[in-house]
Amino acid sequence: MSYEPKIVGFLCNWCSYTGADLAGTSRIQYPPNIRIIRVMCSARIDPTFVVDALAKGADGVLICGCHPGDCHYSEGNYKAMRRFPLLKKLLQSYGVEDDRVRQTWVSASEGQRFADVVTDMTERVRALGPSRIHAALLADQRER
Amino acid sequence: MTDKKKLQIALYWGAACGGCDVAVLDTNEFILDVAAAADIRFWPIATDGKYMDLEALADGELDLTLFNGAVRNSENEHVAKLLRQKSGMLVAFGACACMGGVPGLANLTSRDEILTTAYLNNASIEPGNRTVPYVETDLDGMKLEIPALYKRVYKLADIVDVDYFVPGCPPAPDQIKNVILAVVKGELPARKSVVGASDRALCDDCKRSKTEKKTRRFVRPFEIIQDPEKCLMEQGILCMGSATRSGCGVRCPNSNQGCRGCYGPAPGVADQGTKFLSAIASIIDSKDPAEIDEIISRLPDFAGYAYRFGMPASTLQRSHRS
Repeated sequence: MSYEPKIVGFLCNWCSYTGADLAGTSRIQYPPNIRIIRVMCSARIDPTFVVDALAKGADGVLICGCHPGDCHYSEGNYKAMRRFPLLKKLLQSYGVEDDRVRQTWVSASEGQRFADVVTDMTERVRALGPSRIHAALLADQRER
Repeated sequence: MTDKKKLQIALYWGAACGGCDVAVLDTNEFILDVAAAADIRFWPIATDGKYMDLEALADGELDLTLFNGAVRNSENEHVAKLLRQKSGMLVAFGACACMGGVPGLANLTSRDEILTTAYLNNASIEPGNRTVPYVETDLDGMKLEIPALYKRVYKLADIVDVDYFVPGCPPAPDQIKNVILAVVKGELPARKSVVGASDRALCDDCKRSKTEKKTRRFVRPFEIIQDPEKCLMEQGILCMGSATRSGCGVRCPNSNQGCRGCYGPAPGVADQGTKFLSAIASIIDSKDPAEIDEIISRLPDFAGYAYRFGMPASTLQRSHRS
């Protein structure tokens, strides 16, 4: 059986989720590898969610929010913007490959862009192969 | 306590520095009361005893074991399992037993790298020396054994069932007293609870004034003249208080040092490091990605800071580098 990456997508309600919705209503095709979780704002995406998704077997995590300046709550996406480089730094220390976790901005009118981002991310994660994290944590309990 | 059987207790160290044992002694005269009210059956740092003495005990014969230190090798695991079998109550005592502690930072590298650095490539090692430890060595027809170093560090609860958790590096002596008294009086909370600590975050107990937090530059404590009244994070000094459980008496911030997080995640916090990450990110005073990168470049070992005492207890637990 060929490997299909599992990607968890955290999308803000106001821009990116609506953008994904537009991709759907416009019948734009994109890979079904993404599992979308709608949150009210990209600032709601606690970095804990990202590491949790990776530990539980996600091959990749995508975070999408409104473009800087467009946040429905005026500043939320700036909070997400500040967290992300620090999260990447942390993931780097854990040895998690760079392409597994990505943050980008998708507006409500960018259905095509959302489809392109998901397509690109799916291919990058596919190229990396399955994430070993979940299996490794289970194996640690069996063999020391 | 004439009509009651004396409390049977043991103290043990796994992968630890000995600081937790010293903290028990730091209860001063109280330890004499403990010695009078209890039989200390096993305590390698303070009393004579062999593992065979432990093995000779009946199952559950010990009322209480305070286990400090992480599980790093086969000896740690063997004794942890032995003490679990012999003890009615097993307490993970101190940051290492609760979360892996400082030894747990080894999880960011690999066993091979550690052994290579320590025995082969270290600058202080004589060139050409290839002496490395083997678990078994044949010598004059005899087999010598040393404990096997594991691939990673574990917290105690990864290995055996733990009844209570006493955090801290080391646990504060007055908290140790409270825990032992609670055991004697039978006044412990629900099993699996954290005892000898508070249910608040450290910031709740910190007396420094907290106003709006904004910084463009993170500094180390020696780089600035500190305002002793003001929140350390507002001065750009990393302090893990917001993500950390209180109960230590705010010892570090009161000594002009940022909290290092040794009491573990605050109640309701699943992952101490990622919560701390959010706290830091929220005070960075910039909306420019390049400037944000520049500001966080002053945090060279963020993982080591965020999980100084809890790498094996973090969500990802260890390096996943292939």
